[in-house]
Amino acid sequence: MEKKRTQVEEGAPASAASPGVKTGELAVRDVPSSTDVASARVRVNKAYKMYVGGAFVRSESGRYTQVHGNGAGADPETVNVPRGSRKDVRDAVLVAKNAADKWAARSAYNRGQILYRLAEVTESRTPELVESLVRAGSSPADAAREVAAAVDRTVFYAGFCDKISSLFSSHNPVSGPHFGFTIPNPMGVVGVVAPDAPSLLGLVSTILPIIATSNVVVATASETDPRTAIVWSECLATSDLPGGVVNILTGQAAELAPQLAKHREVMAFDGTFGPKATELRAELERLGADSVKRVKTRSNLSTGEWFDDRKGQGIAWVERYIESKTVWHPVGV
Amino acid sequence: MSDITKGAPGVPQAGTPASFALDFGKAWEYAPAPESPDHVKIAPKYELFIGGKWTAPQSKKYFDTVNPATEQKLAEVAEASAADVDAAVVAARTAFEKYWAKMPGKERAKYIFRIARAIQEKARELAIVETMDGGKPIKESRDFDIPTAAAHFFYHAGWADKLEYAFHGRKARPLGVAGQIIPWNFPFLMAAWKIAPALACGNTVVLKPAETTPLTALLLAQIIEECELPPGVVNIVTGAGATGAALVDHPGIDKIAFTGSTAVGKRIQRAVAGTKKRLTLELGGKAANIVFADAPIDQAIEGIVSGIFFNQGHVCCAGSRLLLEESVHDVVIRKLKDRMATMRLGDPLDKNTDIGAINSKAQLERIKELVASGELEGAERHSLACTIPEKGYWFPPTFFTNAGQAFRIAREEIFGPVLTIMTFRTPDEAIEKANNTMYGLSAGVWTDKGSKIFHMATQLKAGVVWGDTFNKFDPSSPFGGFKESGFGREGGRQGLGAYVEVE
Repeated sequence: MEKKRTQVEEGAPASAASPGVKTGELAVRDVPSSTDVASARVRVNKAYKMYVGGAFVRSESGRYTQVHGNGAGADPETVNVPRGSRKDVRDAVLVAKNAADKWAARSAYNRGQILYRLAEVTESRTPELVESLVRAGSSPADAAREVAAAVDRTVFYAGFCDKISSLFSSHNPVSGPHFGFTIPNPMGVVGVVAPDAPSLLGLVSTILPIIATSNVVVATASETDPRTAIVWSECLATSDLPGGVVNILTGQAAELAPQLAKHREVMAFDGTFGPKATELRAELERLGADSVKRVKTRSNLSTGEWFDDRKGQGIAWVERYIESKTVWHPVGV
Repeated sequence: MSDITKGAPGVPQAGTPASFALDFGKAWEYAPAPESPDHVKIAPKYELFIGGKWTAPQSKKYFDTVNPATEQKLAEVAEASAADVDAAVVAARTAFEKYWAKMPGKERAKYIFRIARAIQEKARELAIVETMDGGKPIKESRDFDIPTAAAHFFYHAGWADKLEYAFHGRKARPLGVAGQIIPWNFPFLMAAWKIAPALACGNTVVLKPAETTPLTALLLAQIIEECELPPGVVNIVTGAGATGAALVDHPGIDKIAFTGSTAVGKRIQRAVAGTKKRLTLELGGKAANIVFADAPIDQAIEGIVSGIFFNQGHVCCAGSRLLLEESVHDVVIRKLKDRMATMRLGDPLDKNTDIGAINSKAQLERIKELVASGELEGAERHSLACTIPEKGYWFPPTFFTNAGQAFRIAREEIFGPVLTIMTFRTPDEAIEKANNTMYGLSAGVWTDKGSKIFHMATQLKAGVVWGDTFNKFDPSSPFGGFKESGFGREGGRQGLGAYVEVE
């Protein structure tokens, strides 16, 4: 363990000098002894990047936010996470829009299988996700519980993809020689502001019902724990989910959300906010009006509600992202 | 424009001859067949209907409602001020808490069934007043507006005690007081679309009809009074934009339902931002009516005509962009001209009239302005050459060919009897052009091939897609838009969602 900590600073000498890191303490703790230097392996640190169009990218702005850990795990004490810009939002929306039609054209069964694959991949990355949540402040037990819930939620939506249309469709017994029916359609690009906490379960619970209904997503991750969202993005990237269907930006919601709310190619916006965001929420709803956007902003759920199988998932989540299309088909010989 | 209306007395000339292929001669001359308004009594003055009582406005102001076909004043109507709106909202809240929310669904249902029955009983009177106040042909108000309105009440009455079935067993609670603002194109039908589902779901209502067409909503208030609904369950406040704004801004409102222009819809959505009010919007459209070469062409011509000329084109889902497969362009244009030559513009009360009066002077000016822009941008105009009555507001059925997608007449909602015609070569091109709009309310597809209708319906970004038909409505059929045509649905099981909070 001691050796590991030493390597942390060796691998990231720049961060040792950056503000917020207790350099004095580190200097004492982390200077390798002369015997260690000869035998120690220098660890490769991961550069954390945003997930856009199936690729991991830095912010076009070149800005970053430093996220601090609690000293456990594989990362250095401080990692640099991209601070997404408004331009990043616009780029991501374009990528998402281009992915939308192909995603919607896939069969419901195929979408379900991809989500199930996501559950498998997430399950297998449990240790890494737990570690990330712990680094952000969860207890190991809480973190394990959150990852398990996120996997189970993924399985829930995997099995929902091919039921949604049946549940929301109707045959309309219209007068006249017509066969009338109404089917759910996706809205298109949905903008999401994920809750700060729970950083994994909140993100997963918000995004999955959107893609299960054939929409595509541009989301901003938890501001307080963006690293976990990036680890989850690595699950997305290895789950057969086509690039561009889910795009995850890291950065500040107050800066990025207005861009999502007013972008004309974003058809719906769904944001979860803390109690202090009243002004921001009203502003986002106003901005959305310019394109008659389906804007919903909500107060964050309690932890218990996020974990609850009736409140944190289900049909009410799915119906938010459905556009009903009514068709009158001719009947006759 | 050239030749043909010469010698066609049914479609007399307005100086400029039109290029119709057929000459109907004397055969097309009809004797006048006006519906008699003798049976109908329009009061000289109407008050506000608040808390079950006819109440003089606190503003003490009244405005005139005129017959757009004659420019004659029909009645004076109260102008509700913010204080009047407040009184109506308070009455609705009281009625919600005291009666309507407590009443079992099966009892609510019976009141709504009563309304449906009373509308059927008074159908003739309602149709005549609708036509006099709004200018639409009597054949439409008589055969479409009023019967469909009755059907909406009948349909929704049956939902009142079955709401749990509608949401997969989830409990549905009413929202409370619904503020509803409706337009002038289908004054009575829109009142039914708004009030019927709201009441069925257990809400109480404050409804504001359009300022140019308030009369039938006030007759509906009389019906509601005669049906002995508890006081305050339905309140009708007449007025213009300021009255509507007072309703939208009122803190005692739980839900706003608006049908009207996209511009006003956006303003309402902005006003509601940051509040807990629920909102549904049914806004403008620029529907594509797509005709494939394999379509039953004669049937399609009827659909094109009813798609754009129904109710003088004052229809949010009007088929105002006609997309023709290139190979049938010429034959469709020829047949369309022939069909238009048979259309009669004039007295809306005449049972043979196809094109009634434009609803208001302001709307007529807007239509003229957009038509002028079409000519200016280089599209080729064809209008029915017919006599325009001296009094009233009129616009002849018109279409444009050689229009580009970027022309204003191809992008903006004209809300009049004006059709913009363009062509396509492949289904993909048709889809691309049809979806190339900020609107997404409706679309039409004409083809003999069922699989093609399904394919096109899947690809078109529109809330309603009509296959081999157009402008059809049914209370069981959800209606509403994609994109900037609004959100929320009206009608069908899906429409109930606009008036309940579901667990």
